[in-house]
Amino acid sequence: MAKDKAMLWMVCLFAALTAVPLFAILGEVLLRGYDQLTWSFFTEPTPTAFKAMKAIEAGEPIPGGIANGIIGTMIMLGMAAVFAVPTGIMCGAFLAENPKSRFAQVVSYLTDLLQGTPSVIIGIVTYIWIVVPMKGYSAIAGSVALFVMMLPLIIRSTEETLKILPASLKEAGLALGGNRARVMLKVQLPAAFGGIFTGVLLAISRVIGETAPLMFTALGCSFIRFAIDKPISAVPLLIWEFFNDPNLQELIWGASLFLLLFVLTLNLTAKYLAKKWNQ
Amino acid sequence: MNDKIYKILLFTAALIMPIVCGGVVYALVTDAYEAFEHFGFFKFLTSSEWSYTDGAEQYGALPFITGTLMTTLLALVFCIPFSLPVALFVGEYFKGTRIAAILSTVTDLLAGIPSIIYGLWGFYTLRPLIMALNISPQGSGILTASLVLAIMIVPYAASLSAEFIKMVPNDLKEGAYSLGATRAEVIRKVVFPVAGSGVFSSYVLAIGRALGETMTVTMLIGNTNNIPDSITSTGNSMASIIANQFGEASDLRFSSLIAIGLVLFFITAFINMIGKMMIKRARIS
Repeated sequence: MAKDKAMLWMVCLFAALTAVPLFAILGEVLLRGYDQLTWSFFTEPTPTAFKAMKAIEAGEPIPGGIANGIIGTMIMLGMAAVFAVPTGIMCGAFLAENPKSRFAQVVSYLTDLLQGTPSVIIGIVTYIWIVVPMKGYSAIAGSVALFVMMLPLIIRSTEETLKILPASLKEAGLALGGNRARVMLKVQLPAAFGGIFTGVLLAISRVIGETAPLMFTALGCSFIRFAIDKPISAVPLLIWEFFNDPNLQELIWGASLFLLLFVLTLNLTAKYLAKKWNQ
Repeated sequence: MNDKIYKILLFTAALIMPIVCGGVVYALVTDAYEAFEHFGFFKFLTSSEWSYTDGAEQYGALPFITGTLMTTLLALVFCIPFSLPVALFVGEYFKGTRIAAILSTVTDLLAGIPSIIYGLWGFYTLRPLIMALNISPQGSGILTASLVLAIMIVPYAASLSAEFIKMVPNDLKEGAYSLGATRAEVIRKVVFPVAGSGVFSSYVLAIGRALGETMTVTMLIGNTNNIPDSITSTGNSMASIIANQFGEASDLRFSSLIAIGLVLFFITAFINMIGKMMIKRARIS
């Protein structure tokens, strides 16, 4: 019995210790970053290293913010999602509709393969696919990398949600004379909307913090830019730049806090919605 | 829309996967070819030279393969004492309770933190700690990277293990209890033998995650191109050497980095495939 108690306490202790890093990271980023989150932080682009150095010498806070990164992230994420969401849903529907076909099994296997592929490899492959033929880094290349990363996540969540729908739902639709496309569009997809939407949110939160695939595709850019065929910045890319530039190090924490809060909120929202829709 | 068009449409969408995956392999293989041809496949994998002086370029992947294996295995060692209790907490002791739901939310959020932020935390919090404890003078190295890597893979291993621990049939456990077994004995003699293969497979998949983790390792491993001689020394992983040098590389060095990427791709694909196969088998039985 004493051994039993000891084991229970050990389990509780180590399980509790696992929660420590979350609060340690959140706490550190909050404490060091909260005072940087001013209005201008979101509306101004990154300062040059020279400007930042001047400000540090004068003892003033570093001017500027991360607007270039926020806009770049939005552009690339938007382009990636516009292509990844419909393609992923159709591909997931294909897997759910043909569970036994040979081809579907291959596609399913490849989805696992792509999902497990390290993001840095997606980065170098996109470099070869897009940056080399276009002879330059661009927002297009960055969004292709994000597209490739989002695709398997959306396929899986769509497939799984469609598969757990009661079979009677589809059969009832077909019995009423709808063809398979109509039943999918008017019955199955609306019923699966909650799960698919959650999957899309999670896919976005997964790729929004990705740095490695953007380093070799979007590269980064120190001013606000909307052109999609030129190098562009992103919030995680800026964090990486700040990390490497001693003059800009002060800006790390504000940018990290923003990214962290955004990702965690997306995660919690997705979890909440999934729970709500499951009831 | 009639059934035929619908079928063709879905089929066309599904074609994207073979195209993308084929494209990944094709791009890696064609660009890695130069390095493999120049150095020889096995020579490239077993050489520990990495120098880019003009005219005497020598590239070998061994230091980075070693670095990757060391960080991954060490991360696994650090991960088990935390992920296993979490899995038991969520899947057995407090199964279905509110507190278990809270703990799974916490681990889910841990899984959601971007790797660059883990890297920052490791660099600004853990690294000074390691220096203060006199474990290594420079603070960064295999050990520091593995510690943070371990935190990053705990959520994956824990949530999947918990799923398998939850599935252990109640009548088996009740049978053992009725024979007078204590809870610790039930866990050791019933839960682990039944859920064991599933729990094991969750660690295989966690390894698959750790192998390719890039930013955290790049920020913490110290970035030196030698074979690490101890766990406190600096090194580079396959992912981190790519992250560090890809931007400035051309010709033979570029091809060598792609070759390292190709090797990393196949190692992770292989580990993930084994993990998935084991999970499928564990789910059926």
